[in-house]
Amino acid sequence: MNLENQFNTRKPPVATTGLIGWLRINLFSSWFNTAVTLLVLYFLYQIIPWFLDWSILSADFTHNYKGEKIIDRTFCSRVANPEEYHGACWSIIIVRFYQFIYGFYPVDQVWRANLTYFLLAVALIPLLVENLPYRRHLIKFTIVFPIIAFVLLYGGFGFEIVPTNKWGGLLVTLVLGVFGIALAFPLGIILALGRRSKLPVISMVCTLFIEFIRGVPLITLLFFGMVMLPLFLPEGINMDGLVRVLVAVTLFQAAYMAEVIRGGLQAIPQGQFEAAQSVGLSYWQMNRKIILPQAIRITIPSIVNTSIGLFKDTTLVIIIGLLDLLGIGRGALSDATWMGLSNEVYVFVAIVFFIFTFSMSRYSLYLEKKLKTGINMGAD
Amino acid sequence: MKKLLSIFAVVAFAFTANAGTLDDVKNRGFLKCGVTTGLIGFAAPDDAGNWAGFDVDVCRAVAAAIFGDSSKVEFTTTTGKSRFPTLASGEIDMLARNTTWTLSRDVNLGFEFVGVNYYDGQGFMIPSALGVDDATGLDGATVCIQTGTTTELNLADFFRANNISYEALPIETNDEARENLFAGRCDVYTTDASGLSATRAQADDPDKWIVLPNIISKEPLGPLVRHGDHQWGDVVRWSLNTLIIAEELGVSSANVDASKSSNIPEVLRLLGVEGGYGEMLELSNDFAYNIIKQVGNYSESFDRNIGPDTPLGIGRNLNALWTDGGILYAPPFR
Repeated sequence: MNLENQFNTRKPPVATTGLIGWLRINLFSSWFNTAVTLLVLYFLYQIIPWFLDWSILSADFTHNYKGEKIIDRTFCSRVANPEEYHGACWSIIIVRFYQFIYGFYPVDQVWRANLTYFLLAVALIPLLVENLPYRRHLIKFTIVFPIIAFVLLYGGFGFEIVPTNKWGGLLVTLVLGVFGIALAFPLGIILALGRRSKLPVISMVCTLFIEFIRGVPLITLLFFGMVMLPLFLPEGINMDGLVRVLVAVTLFQAAYMAEVIRGGLQAIPQGQFEAAQSVGLSYWQMNRKIILPQAIRITIPSIVNTSIGLFKDTTLVIIIGLLDLLGIGRGALSDATWMGLSNEVYVFVAIVFFIFTFSMSRYSLYLEKKLKTGINMGAD
Repeated sequence: MKKLLSIFAVVAFAFTANAGTLDDVKNRGFLKCGVTTGLIGFAAPDDAGNWAGFDVDVCRAVAAAIFGDSSKVEFTTTTGKSRFPTLASGEIDMLARNTTWTLSRDVNLGFEFVGVNYYDGQGFMIPSALGVDDATGLDGATVCIQTGTTTELNLADFFRANNISYEALPIETNDEARENLFAGRCDVYTTDASGLSATRAQADDPDKWIVLPNIISKEPLGPLVRHGDHQWGDVVRWSLNTLIIAEELGVSSANVDASKSSNIPEVLRLLGVEGGYGEMLELSNDFAYNIIKQVGNYSESFDRNIGPDTPLGIGRNLNALWTDGGILYAPPFR
């Protein structure tokens, strides 16, 4: 006689399992939630068909409603015949796709930018795939990738020099975002450790640096790099504009990263430090093997959060005259050939940014799951 | 430490005591010119990524004068805030970025405006349905105005002087102003007349909007260089003057070759057939020929970028030659 028969078990009520159960629990659990759900559904019903119609169904891509190839704004269906057509005119993006992706990078050298994009993907693989053969070695490549990328993009070592004022579009956005995050991370760790240091000089310097940088908006640092720095340098000596911006972005991000990681360090129980010290580990060994792995693990959501923030903040460089993805879009709009198609440009830029930031947040979720962040700290 | 400082001083001196800008540019092989990040008609990248526009043509003219090749110029994009430091630091050789010539910029900031390539002024744009044909009839209107600009002050002055009232709707950018105006949230938009033309061109139906004839401020826009290097300033000044003189003399890119056998002495001087005027500037004697051949004269550049046949549709008005009722005037080429 087994237990099931003994207690004469019944199935759970239909209303609490499966799709219906899920709906009841998550969307219709109270009159208030029901109202919100209905409101959101109505809203989506209004928005989605309209957006699909605008962006795809009635949109022009390369040819307009008469079948003519679109070479300027007057060919767009909605400009040529505003009474009947209202869809997007994506030609501005298609014709200027090169500019959006590479800026003014010379066409005969563009393979270098392509190779860099490809290597970026390769460098990301060991971070994304855990059970990769030779992962330890590939990680080394990931670490030196910024140097390789710089040589490839800028030139030298036999490559033709491509000055940074020819870079633009997604290239600049990614260079600022990837370099900024990659350089700021180690710097942030050092600053966080420094601020908690028992040596007063080190901790004061780090605290001062962090508080100063956090006390001003990014735009101030960008202006400082762009406007003030050249005044301090003797005439004739110029630091590259992009490098100056990159320095400003990195310092800014490092200060925030430091505070995030310091939060993680604070959360590590004192026993961990004492245990590490009692087995005779040096300061660096203790941090590298015991403290930092735990501190970084619990701060992953915040690290990714500030990284996403930085990635979006890179659009501020338009104010000092660098043409990032958004800047190239604005440039396209100020060409008389395409002016007025601002919706298309801004929607496209928004989609590109969404793809990157959404991937970053998914990656953080994956890491959290993999490292079981927040569950049974110290017990697993 | 002292030693280090003295090394720095030597390095700094070595770099400041460099050759003139013209020699630098010649040695480098291309001109570095600062332009806007994008302003319809004045500077914007085309589909192939080449910069084009009315200000860009001034850069190209200087490149043509120095190298005989108008494509030997690299553009650095600057914003209203970054333009002056970028020029002052020597990152660019010249700035052609719809910059208003004012006393403080000329004197205090240490720049030298070499001339004016566009006479602009603050104007008003209203819906034609408003039925007003003069700005003094705008009593009680709601005005879209960019905050923190000289236009804001000019507006207040104008309405006070004419003893009429207005309500200001402060906005940040040109895009925002356009949306507000088109949505009817303000009756009037005021900014530089060239900007108004650009805004009007972006309307679904430009005929529904008019730019009033009142111009309430002086905005002479021109290229500028750093103070101190007069030889370089002369090169840029006479490249600009060449554009204007060529129009005065009726020399265009179409007839420049035929004009070499003209019987007008100034045309021959301009094109380097007679006299050694290019050498005085340390350029080749046919520098003006190269400018006209490759860039065109002032009216060609105007018509190509901002003239009546472009979406901007700006008339010559103040920018007509002095002989045609405008104030465009260049010193004689002799």
